[in-house]
Amino acid sequence: MKRELTCIVCPLGCSLQVELSEAGEILNITGNTCPRGAVYARTECTDPRRTITTTLRCEDGSMVAVKTDRPIPKDKMHEAMKQIGHVVVKLPVQIGDVVAEDVFGSNVVACQNRDFTLRD
Amino acid sequence: MTDLVIIGGGPAGMSAAVAAYESGIRDIMILERDENLGGILQQCIHNGFGLHRFGEELTGPEYAWRYEQKVRELGIPVKLRTMVLDITEDKVITATNEEEGIFQIRAKAIVLAMGCRERAKGALNIAGTRPAGIFSAGTAQKYVNCKGYMPGKEVVILGSGDIGLIMARRMTLEGAKVKAVCELMPYSGGLARNIQQCLHDFDIPLKLSHTVVEIHGKERLSGVTIARVDENRNPIPGTYEYISCDTLLLSVGLIPENELSKCAGVDLDRITNGPVVDQDRCTQVEGIFACGNVLHVHDLVDFVSQEAQIAGEGAAAYIRSLEEKKGKTGESISLKTDGKIRYTVPQRITAHKDVTVYFRVGDVYKNVKINVCNEDGEILFSKRKAKAAPGEMESLVLKKELLERAKELKFELEEMDR
Repeated sequence: MKRELTCIVCPLGCSLQVELSEAGEILNITGNTCPRGAVYARTECTDPRRTITTTLRCEDGSMVAVKTDRPIPKDKMHEAMKQIGHVVVKLPVQIGDVVAEDVFGSNVVACQNRDFTLRD
Repeated sequence: MTDLVIIGGGPAGMSAAVAAYESGIRDIMILERDENLGGILQQCIHNGFGLHRFGEELTGPEYAWRYEQKVRELGIPVKLRTMVLDITEDKVITATNEEEGIFQIRAKAIVLAMGCRERAKGALNIAGTRPAGIFSAGTAQKYVNCKGYMPGKEVVILGSGDIGLIMARRMTLEGAKVKAVCELMPYSGGLARNIQQCLHDFDIPLKLSHTVVEIHGKERLSGVTIARVDENRNPIPGTYEYISCDTLLLSVGLIPENELSKCAGVDLDRITNGPVVDQDRCTQVEGIFACGNVLHVHDLVDFVSQEAQIAGEGAAAYIRSLEEKKGKTGESISLKTDGKIRYTVPQRITAHKDVTVYFRVGDVYKNVKINVCNEDGEILFSKRKAKAAPGEMESLVLKKELLERAKELKFELEEMDR
């Protein structure tokens, strides 16, 4: 069996062809222009994952951008959104601060500073 | 008198400021109309930024923070919430903010880094009513990501540029139903990876060669009629389809924001809608430079930072040349295109050094050769490309020796399969 994928690792977006056995084993990967593309093709066929980026409300009503600090299973994206949707972020918050723990094996971290000590 | 004033504190402005500082200029001022540095990156919360520049995947706000930290460390002064109203040819800047009222700054050099804005609904001429619920994709992005408001529940997106694709995913994750993304052209203007991770991942249909022909609804949008278009982009009768929705997002192109450039008498390129510049990103007005999306619309912020670095260094060299009282050197080589290649940046070259030229093609091509010819039609340089598309900026390096052999350079695209 053959699968056609578009690599999402970088903006090049290489077209990947993955040859799979009937048991789902990966036999051959072509089309990638870098080793990271091959890794992507492998995980995409066995355990597809995505990083989620979203925003959460802070205690003062403002919004802060957050992301999962590693990719989570692709089919858990909507569930993950539900799980963290109710989180209210305590202030001050700085880039890299964990705002929610263990969301499908990933921590959710802030991507923006909401910290008035950083203002001039 | 300030040595260097930078208009705009987004990725271009910050990178230009840092580059000018690192080239020895100390008297720099950044003017930014928003409350924060970072420009549009603050609302681009998705990841994928910075692979070229930092070798890792960052979200927009994280990428902005990398540069903001540099600006802070170097102690470069920034005026936030400050709107520039006018720039004159002799580099007097009129600006306004709450604390200082209206004030003027005289600069030795200026870097224009105002970015771009979205093409609006008015530019499209869609028939029908004018209800609430029609937004540009970037406006919707600001509502969702910065303000925490959802523009609607059932969405159709017109235009498959990257912002439209990113918003299809964003709205879906926040609970909206994105019913279709319509693209007038037979190909998407967005990155292939965004088609995968923003549409395919969520089973959102991408309708190529389709457009919105009618808007329905009285107070609020109730639906749109879409249709397939022929090769001349005219709707084909009998292909009309009604889709009910309460929200229409438009992702139909970006236009460099050059009102201030016009005030200063800067010549604009009719194709890029940005200034005509030389290899240092200097406009024809001596000492006024331009970089980032105000110059031409980029695909990646990494390339904006890179270009802004050239402009910052160019501005620094210009300021130093004023002190050394060196006049301008020699003639310039103008860069032309054949139409298949839509434009180049820079559009002229005044220095004899290796110059990287960026260009964009007007259609999707496979197996092509890019030829660079002199005024006599002699091919001085050519480069093969397996594929070229409007959505991806290309570049090539013109060697110093080559530049010595031409007064004019024409960029031509040759199709190898024909």
